[in-house]
Amino acid sequence: MTQTASEVDRANRAWDVAAQVLDPEIPVLTIADLGVLRGVQMVDGVVEVTITPTYSGCPAMAAIRLDLMAALDAAGLGEARIRMVLAPAWTTDWISAAGKAKLRAYGIAPPPRPAGKAALFSMDTVACPRCGSAETERLAEFGSTPCKALWRCTRCREPFDYFKCL
Amino acid sequence: MTVPLFDYVLRLADNALVLGHRLSEWCGHGPVLEEDLALANMALDLIGQSRSLYDYAGEVGGRGHDEDALAYLRDVASYRNVLLVEQPNGDFACTMARQFFYSAFMHPYWQAMAASSDPALAAIAEKSVKEVAYHVRHTSEWAIRLGDGTEESHRRMQAAVDELWPYTGELFEADAIEAALIEAGIATDPRPLEGAWRATVANVLKTATLTLPATGWMQTGGRVGRHSEHLGHLLADLQYMQRAYPGAAW
Repeated sequence: MTQTASEVDRANRAWDVAAQVLDPEIPVLTIADLGVLRGVQMVDGVVEVTITPTYSGCPAMAAIRLDLMAALDAAGLGEARIRMVLAPAWTTDWISAAGKAKLRAYGIAPPPRPAGKAALFSMDTVACPRCGSAETERLAEFGSTPCKALWRCTRCREPFDYFKCL
Repeated sequence: MTVPLFDYVLRLADNALVLGHRLSEWCGHGPVLEEDLALANMALDLIGQSRSLYDYAGEVGGRGHDEDALAYLRDVASYRNVLLVEQPNGDFACTMARQFFYSAFMHPYWQAMAASSDPALAAIAEKSVKEVAYHVRHTSEWAIRLGDGTEESHRRMQAAVDELWPYTGELFEADAIEAALIEAGIATDPRPLEGAWRATVANVLKTATLTLPATGWMQTGGRVGRHSEHLGHLLADLQYMQRAYPGAAW
């Protein structure tokens, strides 16, 4: 299928708009930073934006869908739809380097290393996002959202969220 | 006419939804705040998995059923979940034992399903296996903490294990509906997974100073629609809104 120059331009503009949509639960990250935004293409004259959930039950997906449609509409990009894909499965490796830096600045410890099988059964060493100390401990396996756990720094005494490595 | 793939996916979906709903009943009642969050998070994982599965079941069923119709508009006898997941929450030890038995089975099951020749099921499996791995770890920790805890917590954890044990045999059943799908590499045969499951369970129970029950008579029937009385009560709660206000949306 060949695409006209105007279609390519529309897809590119749609990507730029979609990439600015924020994650509703971690509003310092865009869905592009998070790796939830997988692609934008033109299908029979319709802008098709492909997204993937972080966790199967991630309740933010419905909000992301709505925000995306609203943003595309506001940018005057014409007819658009959202497609949800599960494969390849999202892992924390999909979070961009810029995204990890934004997480830390926001007070959430980013996943410390590449996702892997061993990660699920070994305890991570997590650096405190506030003081940088590695003297931290896990308070709870599950945190304020499905993708986070609750930790505490034993040096500066601050509790913090940790983005689970998955 | 029945479509084996539809029936099979429905079983997986019903297991996840019913257990997810059970865990959601703890919301606001957890023993401590962290555990309340953990139970709600695990419920969310399971309900999310069930949504993907219902979505796919609707697609292959060919009867125009969407995920809502499948979850909200079928009665007890049409549900295909194993009996284990519909058992009441009981005390916290019971909830943890039920979750541990189920998760310790689903972890190797989803691992195997990630290689399914059906791309949609393989994708769901690849997502679910990571979530279930957390559930195994979390519930193992609780089984050990309670089993190797006080006299009272030990007694309760052992009672929970003993009570739920007869419901674990059904996890390893495979019938004619699955036979052709297993043959085609679409479904995973659960029977060979029993050894790995037993090893996981035996190891955790041993660390927890608990006794592994003797293998005896096992309950069965959920996968063909013969349920305990508990499922009806659960569905009455789960389906109330759609039954009272058909088609309600917001």
